[in-house]
Amino acid sequence: MQIIVCIKQVPDTAEVRINPETNTLIREGVPSIINPYDVHAIEAALQIREKAGGKVTVITMGPPQAEEALRESIAMGADDVRLISDRLFAGSDTWATSYTLYKAVQKLGADIILCGKQAIDGDTAQVGPALAEYMNIPHISYVRKLEDVTETSIRVQRLMDDGYDVVESPLPVLLTVVKEMNVPRLPSLKGKMAAKKAVIIKMTAEDIGAEEQNIGLRGSPTQVKNIFAPQAKGDRRVLEGTPEQQVDALVAELRRLQCV
Amino acid sequence: MRIVIDAELCTGCEACVNACPFGAMEMKDGKAVINDFCNVCKGCIDVCPVGAISEVADGDEFKPGNDLADYKGVWIFAEQRHGKVAGVAYELLGIGRKLAEERNTTLSAVLFGADDSEAQELIRWGAEKVYHAKDVLFDTFNDEPYSQLMIRLIEQYKPEIVLAGATAIGRSFVPRVAGRIKTGLTADCTQLEIDRETGNLMQIRPAFGGNIMATILCPSYRPQMATVRPRVMKRGEYDASRTGEIIPVNAEGLTCRTRVLASVCEEGTCKINLQDAEIIVSGGRGLGDAKGFELIREVAELVGGVVGSSRAAVDEGWIPYRHQVGQTGKTVCPKIYIACGISGAVQHIVGMSSSDIIIAINKNPDAPIFNVATYGIVGDLYEVLPLLIKKIREARG
Ligand SMILES: Cc1cc2nc3c(=O)[nH]c(=O)nc-3n(C[C@H](O)[C@H](O)[C@H](O)COP(=O)(O)OP(=O)(O)OC[C@H]3O[C@@H](n4cnc5c(N)ncnc54)[C@H](O)[C@@H]3O)c2cc1C
Ligand SMILES: Nc1ncnc2c1ncn2[C@@H]1O[C@H](COP(=O)(O)O)[C@@H](O)[C@H]1O
Repeated sequence: MQIIVCIKQVPDTAEVRINPETNTLIREGVPSIINPYDVHAIEAALQIREKAGGKVTVITMGPPQAEEALRESIAMGADDVRLISDRLFAGSDTWATSYTLYKAVQKLGADIILCGKQAIDGDTAQVGPALAEYMNIPHISYVRKLEDVTETSIRVQRLMDDGYDVVESPLPVLLTVVKEMNVPRLPSLKGKMAAKKAVIIKMTAEDIGAEEQNIGLRGSPTQVKNIFAPQAKGDRRVLEGTPEQQVDALVAELRRLQCV
Repeated sequence: MRIVIDAELCTGCEACVNACPFGAMEMKDGKAVINDFCNVCKGCIDVCPVGAISEVADGDEFKPGNDLADYKGVWIFAEQRHGKVAGVAYELLGIGRKLAEERNTTLSAVLFGADDSEAQELIRWGAEKVYHAKDVLFDTFNDEPYSQLMIRLIEQYKPEIVLAGATAIGRSFVPRVAGRIKTGLTADCTQLEIDRETGNLMQIRPAFGGNIMATILCPSYRPQMATVRPRVMKRGEYDASRTGEIIPVNAEGLTCRTRVLASVCEEGTCKINLQDAEIIVSGGRGLGDAKGFELIREVAELVGGVVGSSRAAVDEGWIPYRHQVGQTGKTVCPKIYIACGISGAVQHIVGMSSSDIIIAINKNPDAPIFNVATYGIVGDLYEVLPLLIKKIREARG
């Protein structure tokens, strides 16, 4: 069984803060991490390997620095990794990213592809399903539990807005996973050693046979027009006085608005 | 398009290094240089105090993917679960109506599954046409038939704008549609506007955990597609006498490899429904212990609201996860949101900042929650809430 996990290196958005004076992001000292959902995808892949046998390959499309994320995957127990990296990929939106991953996965071959639910830098959740579409295989989003996996099929629980569905699919299939799915293991000592020694194989646009009009900025239908800081609400008011006076003022306001 | 830095002008002030959300600006020999992380978001251009950063076209602009003028009309995807159209569909009709008016075009809904009465309901909420496919295949949600049929309809009728809910269903199958058609898709929009000059759809959404907002365009491909978070847009006007056209859609020839064996509605999630609540009273770590939620519950009952919480309170085990509001919990948009003992971390704020009125009670005057609060009370919640209960009772007589 060939299992491929797609991971992304992202800035740790929990650490990102806004400078209130300049309304710009403070990115200094913000560490790069493996997208948290993707760590659960790696864990899911390792568990599938334990149940059904096979090989886990972790891939990422990104700049040379993303190699670090791949080494961490090896430390967790991945058998193999690929860094899909090329200047031509710069500026990819989700369309171009999914196309690029599709070309890479096609080269490597896969029975099960695992992605995180979404990447925390963009929170789009689009790359997984779009990748499945290009591969012409089914996908199941928001997987929260692996119920069963065999050589030819898989059964999982998919989180829905009002509960969950039990879904079955033949292989090959793509899954996107949520955090409830598992508790990721910590790297073993042996894994850390392997990670240190590993030679990371790189794949360029040419290696995966990606067409130039479909990758990078040129292959991206969406454009960022601008970015700006979220506006604070205009009608803010901190109430004054003793707690009693503040509560009086609040209740008066609520009455005025006919809320109580 | 590319961002370039004029090294002559660059003073090495590092303003751009700090402003770049992608970490694409580096300092080399006292000058800023751009690395491979650049996403051409243009965030650096305005922050440069000496105007050393600019955008250049270098011939790799978008080639129109299809003939833009052929695409007309605004579509919204009306999702249903267990035969009932989800509330987000009516919200999409609200914003869809505005966009259709600005573009001087029609507003249509697409409905897979459910029966005629649900299609009629969409018309009363503002749809002029409903493309309605009825088939047992749609009794449960499967990505493949949904995306195949949507692709077919888009190719046949060529809408200019297609909106869907940023829900478990919408976020799952719509990326397949945009992928196949080759067009842009913007996730989780909180604001949609038409650019008066170009007629393009400006899709505004939070990024980086809500720390910044981005305006996204899809200038050269159609349709322009977006998903919209539930409870962010206002519903359109309901008119029981409105009439419209229901266009039956043939669902033959669709394939489906996944199979839903069971569809389980979890009691808790269905009953609380934070997202439909008009008033939410939320507690955070400031409560100090699980018992604090008894006070929160009392306030909620008094004002006819439901109980929400921050993640810290969930992590402490004081209240179940389904009450959590925020980035990894629910996005809510009640008329009144009362935050008690919640500091206002961005991950919490992104889930509740579009509430009509936000009331914050916190003993720390510098807590960021006060930045979004309509009314802020600086004080101990154990003093303030009992007073509030008493005064509301008095006010009601
Ligand atoms: C990836 C990620 C996702 C996250 N998702 C979410 C999410 O969905 N939702 C969410 O809420 N958080 C989320 N968080 C966590 C978030 O960053 C904060 O840690 C969390 O919101 C803090 O909760 P809090 O405000 O209750 O606690 P604290 O930050 O500890 O704040 C407690 C507040 O209570 C005040 N206080 C204390 N005692 C009293 C008193 N007696 N009276 C009045 N005020 C008092 C204090 O002044 C303080 O401001 C996420 C974090 C990460 C990294
Ligand atoms: N550049 C990338 N390289 C590899 N996998 C990616 C990349 N971008 C996104 N993914 C995968 O797609 C998922 C969803 O990402 P997104 O659509 O950006 O929210 C992530 O959790 C990853 O599994």
